[in-house]
Amino acid sequence: MLTIESITKYFAGAPQPALDAITAEIRPGHITGLVGPDGAGKTTLLRLMAGLLIPSEGRLTYDGLDTAGDTQPLHAVMGYMPQRFGLYEDLSVIENLRLYADLRRITGTQRQRTFERLLAFTGLAPFQKRLARQLSGGMKQKLGLACALIKKPRLLLLDEPSVGVDPISRRELWRMVGEMLDGETTIVWSTAYLDEAEQCERVLLLSEGRLLYSGPPQRLTRRVDGRVYQLLGIPAAQRRRLLTEILERPEIRDGVVQGKALRFVMDADAKPPDPAAFGNGPETRIVPVPPRFEDAFIDLLGGGPGGDSLLARRTFERPASERPIVEARGLTKRFGAFTAVSDNSFAIRRGEIFGLLGPNGAGKSTTFKMMCGLLKPTAGEGFVAGLHLARAAAKARARLGYMAQKFSLYGDLTVQQNLLFFSGAYGLQGRAQQEAVAAMVDVFDLKSFLGTSAGTLPLGFKQRLALACAVVHQPDVLFLDEPTSGVDPITRREFWNHINGLVEKGVTILVTTHFMDEAEYCDRIGLIYRGRKIAEGSPDRLKAAARTPEQPDPTLEDAFIALIEQSDAREAAAA
Amino acid sequence: MLTRLRALMTKELLNILRDPKSRTVLIVPPIIQIFIFSFAMTMEAKNIHLGVLNLDAGRAGFELVQRFREAKTFTRILPLQGQAEIAPVLDEQQALAVLVVPVDFSRRLAAGSPTQVQLLLDGRKTNTAQIVGGYAQRILEGFLAEQAPGAASRMPAVLETRHWFNPNLEFMWYTVPSLICILSTVISLILTALSVAREREMGTFEQLLVSPLQPFEILLGKALPALFLALCSASLLLAIAIFVFRIPFQGSLTLLYGAMVVFLLAIVGIGLFISSLCMTQQQAILGAFVFMPPAVILSGFATPIENMPAWLQTVTGVNPLRWFLIIVRGVFLKDMPPGDVMTNILPMVVIALVTLTAAGWLFKRRMG
Amino acid sequence: MTADAHHSRRGRARRLKALIVKESLQVVRDPSSILIAFVLPLILLFLFGYGVSLDAREVRLGVVLEDTGPEARRLAGAFRATPFFDARTALNRRDLEADLISGRIRGMLVIPQDFAQTLNAPGVTATIQLIADGSETNTASYVANYASGTLTTWMIQEGLMADRAATPPVVLTPRFFYNAELDSRNSLVPGSLAIIMAIIGTLLTALVVAREWERGTMEALLATPLSALEIVIGKLVPYFVLGMASMAVCTAVAFFLYGIPYRGSLAALTVVSAAFLLTALGQGFLISTVTRNQFIASQAALVSAFLPAFILSGFVFEIASMPWIIRMVAQVIPARYFVTNLQTLFLTGDVWSLLRPNILILLVLAGVLLALTLKKTPSRLE
Repeated sequence: MLTIESITKYFAGAPQPALDAITAEIRPGHITGLVGPDGAGKTTLLRLMAGLLIPSEGRLTYDGLDTAGDTQPLHAVMGYMPQRFGLYEDLSVIENLRLYADLRRITGTQRQRTFERLLAFTGLAPFQKRLARQLSGGMKQKLGLACALIKKPRLLLLDEPSVGVDPISRRELWRMVGEMLDGETTIVWSTAYLDEAEQCERVLLLSEGRLLYSGPPQRLTRRVDGRVYQLLGIPAAQRRRLLTEILERPEIRDGVVQGKALRFVMDADAKPPDPAAFGNGPETRIVPVPPRFEDAFIDLLGGGPGGDSLLARRTFERPASERPIVEARGLTKRFGAFTAVSDNSFAIRRGEIFGLLGPNGAGKSTTFKMMCGLLKPTAGEGFVAGLHLARAAAKARARLGYMAQKFSLYGDLTVQQNLLFFSGAYGLQGRAQQEAVAAMVDVFDLKSFLGTSAGTLPLGFKQRLALACAVVHQPDVLFLDEPTSGVDPITRREFWNHINGLVEKGVTILVTTHFMDEAEYCDRIGLIYRGRKIAEGSPDRLKAAARTPEQPDPTLEDAFIALIEQSDAREAAAA
Repeated sequence: MLTRLRALMTKELLNILRDPKSRTVLIVPPIIQIFIFSFAMTMEAKNIHLGVLNLDAGRAGFELVQRFREAKTFTRILPLQGQAEIAPVLDEQQALAVLVVPVDFSRRLAAGSPTQVQLLLDGRKTNTAQIVGGYAQRILEGFLAEQAPGAASRMPAVLETRHWFNPNLEFMWYTVPSLICILSTVISLILTALSVAREREMGTFEQLLVSPLQPFEILLGKALPALFLALCSASLLLAIAIFVFRIPFQGSLTLLYGAMVVFLLAIVGIGLFISSLCMTQQQAILGAFVFMPPAVILSGFATPIENMPAWLQTVTGVNPLRWFLIIVRGVFLKDMPPGDVMTNILPMVVIALVTLTAAGWLFKRRMG
Repeated sequence: MTADAHHSRRGRARRLKALIVKESLQVVRDPSSILIAFVLPLILLFLFGYGVSLDAREVRLGVVLEDTGPEARRLAGAFRATPFFDARTALNRRDLEADLISGRIRGMLVIPQDFAQTLNAPGVTATIQLIADGSETNTASYVANYASGTLTTWMIQEGLMADRAATPPVVLTPRFFYNAELDSRNSLVPGSLAIIMAIIGTLLTALVVAREWERGTMEALLATPLSALEIVIGKLVPYFVLGMASMAVCTAVAFFLYGIPYRGSLAALTVVSAAFLLTALGQGFLISTVTRNQFIASQAALVSAFLPAFILSGFVFEIASMPWIIRMVAQVIPARYFVTNLQTLFLTGDVWSLLRPNILILLVLAGVLLALTLKKTPSRLE
């Protein structure tokens, strides 16, 4: 039993406590989910549990061990996986395992058995000799988890283990952790994925250092019973505009795109709108649907961010055009004998969102880097706004905005200095530059952080700043490489408001994501697997392709997994 | 393009100067080091401990020893009792040298028959030992002149020595200007050798590469701020040399600054070349160390280039520090004329062009 | 002994071994460690061996013949012939002054118009003027000393000293212990070994702890049963072994390639090197642990690893001659003790009475550096 007794934690220099009088109990034999927006204090709470920080006030005990004082005995029974798990990248899979086995004194036959079990478990057995550096993001996380599990811990603390991990690997991680449960083990799983939280027996919901909810997720979900609806039968081209319209209604708490449909949550006691009001004839219907944990989560935190995008309003309208503005023709990239991307072609029209989906290591990022001119293709060509990426590199780059997967702004510079730099790097100067920067500050609500070093911003604001720096020069094409990785659901909605708004103005988006609910926003998706594009089409078409008698109504995640399994099966048959 | 360049340079300056630790590393060590090293770099011999084994019971032996005792060089005289004590005293470095006055010294001197005193020196400290040997010779000559006036007088020809540019042979006049060169080399390296590798590790380099910035703009954006900061730092050291150490500045400040810009550009070019060659900061720091100690050794800073074998003297030609040292010492003390300064600037211009072009080429290649 | 204590001791040994294996694997995988340990020192040793020399030879000298008579020409000939100078003659002082300023010559000997006249006149002493380039202070003293010597030798050869005793009544016979031929390389190469190991030792460790913080592996280590002491020892051991191997290679090169005599024992060399290496590694660890940032750590290493050891170790500049306050600073420069110890081991032998206190001071310095490192190695994140 992990007991949290009115824990408060202050950090030097911060006026507000990171955690404010948290009291809770975490029971053995369960997975407890730790959820909340960015900066809620999830990582701080986990570090306090792990004895890596000392509470300013209050006490944290695990089976009578004070986490502040009894660190040695605590660490002997604890497994902990930090957010950026520190694998030794220049050590191989098996060497990483051996290190943690030795640190935890796993010897003899038990050691061999543990290795075999974990390697089988993670599917890493064929890659034992591979250096951790060369593993895909998903494999790294699995190895990290395996290292934390090496000595069956009685207390397992996981800080967002599934960030940046593809849906298949996420399911595997979940399964691995699930198998640890034996009635005695206590597991705390911090996550930004609310579908994971929904599967936990209990959740702790933190916001701004306070505990807002503690209990089974289903109990929280019940608060939005009867308030969740879907708007069906609307033309695909109007989804984004209608979503904005709906979200602007005061009685709507939250709304998202789900393929061709829109899903929304009403205020308590409010009646759903009249479908006729959307002006698309009798096809348009509104049906109640069962609530999800995410609906209740957003509701508890005061609802979504509305549907308006200041960014879009400040963006000039680009004339419509049917010519593809981004085009890849037979892009291929080989690193030595390894083919990372093989013959990848796609074309994106103006004002379209094109999603690149695929498991970690499938070649999405490599494709991305070739499309923005960071990598030279081994074969094939890329065009942006009709400009050849190899021949008119600088011109082409002036037309695009890029947001990298990893935070890559100047951490030692302030928010304002970063904005000034990136606007200057794209040639803005004088009044135009001042106005562009002021607009970004306004749009992304960065005013109170202007003098803060970018490296010390909370994650959500880092991502906002990164997006601001990518769009400050009003690019025609926006490349977003996992822009919302690890970001909380509310900030993600804000991001998508902006993206939707920009697209309505004719900006073209190429995006990668591991959030399947975000993939629903895409007009078209290219599914990449093992360097090749194995499917392309709208989210609904992909779902249709994965429909089977056993699974008559697959989610996009189901479709994702099914299509990859089909590809594996074809390959096995061919071999 | 000017807008982009200005943005780059502002970013670079802020990136260096915003972090207090990085600011400290740029300002504090050079100041501390110029003060400590200026006093430390001396080729004189002072505070020397001398062992004395005086086997002579006579007056002359006593007086000779007394002369050594009075000499300023020797701060401590260790009287020894017998031959057996000599080796341990030298072995253990209790004394740098041992003076042995033979038994019959006074008698033979009085009799006018030739005699000798022995000076046993610690050959581990080759240089100091040689200098002390010279001092001892002079003390002995003084002693002889006093013992037998007239004997040493009236030589057919004497040498009248004058030291130009530094009449009293003050060591500081020599070391302080040299230290300005060495310390500004270190600063320029600190500013440049890691900068690209660091941006690579942080991921910001990709962000630069997707912007419309051209490779040479990125290169200039890195080179100019580094040049500016290194110039500031060198100016500070120069001011310390002139106003605190009171080293006479005889030459033209304009010439010195002209040479300094070229020199710093050459070092910045080397730093950026190292930086763009390396993928990680660990490699970059290794690169900086592959450059710095050899550059210092092969510059004539600590020991003259003339002492090196001929082939190595040729090698020193590619070392910008070597040329800049000549200019700084020359302009400082000798009022070196523009023609001579230009002769030494020219090789640095070539080096700067080569290193900056190489760095630019690497940038471009890495971007392709 | 309780079973529990026994257990925990075995656990500690195993954890330490695991850390050491991990660190060693990282060393082997990272080519830069190998380059630092084996390639960089050889480059430096090569350059120090040839580049640092205090043996002046053939200093360039200008001789102005204002008197063009046979005596003056013979004197000029003597200066051309001596191996100490590379002399050339001119008839006009102006011709050479520019060369003195540009550094093409280091001194100028002016044989005056009345040289022959005064030389041969009884009761008159001829004065020859020597102008040395004082901006090269050290060379200037050399020029003055050897010019005077050359002049005396010439006068004896010319028979001008016939009326005096051929030799002065007392001669000073210097004898150089340990280095009879006075080859400065014999003392400089052992000294340079010390400077090189100061660079290598610091460089090996300056980034390793900072790297763990930047990559997030430190947080994972802190959540295991490892203690701060174990983390420090686990990192120290592999780099210590690497540093000792590097030292061994350098010593072998000094002995076999440069032919520097070695008069001490291997055991003494091992102990002396080990004591020093601990301080150099400790310096790197401390930089790395305090900064937690590879960038700043690199800068600190660049500033602190080379120049202080080079200038304040007594390698080229005699510590005794420095002002007292600088001598105090030099007390805490580990390289100075290593320079003395290595010069003694190479040229003198196992003088334990000298080595022992130096080793002791090195161990104290290492102890302080490592204790500070340990203190700065947290057992948690704050």
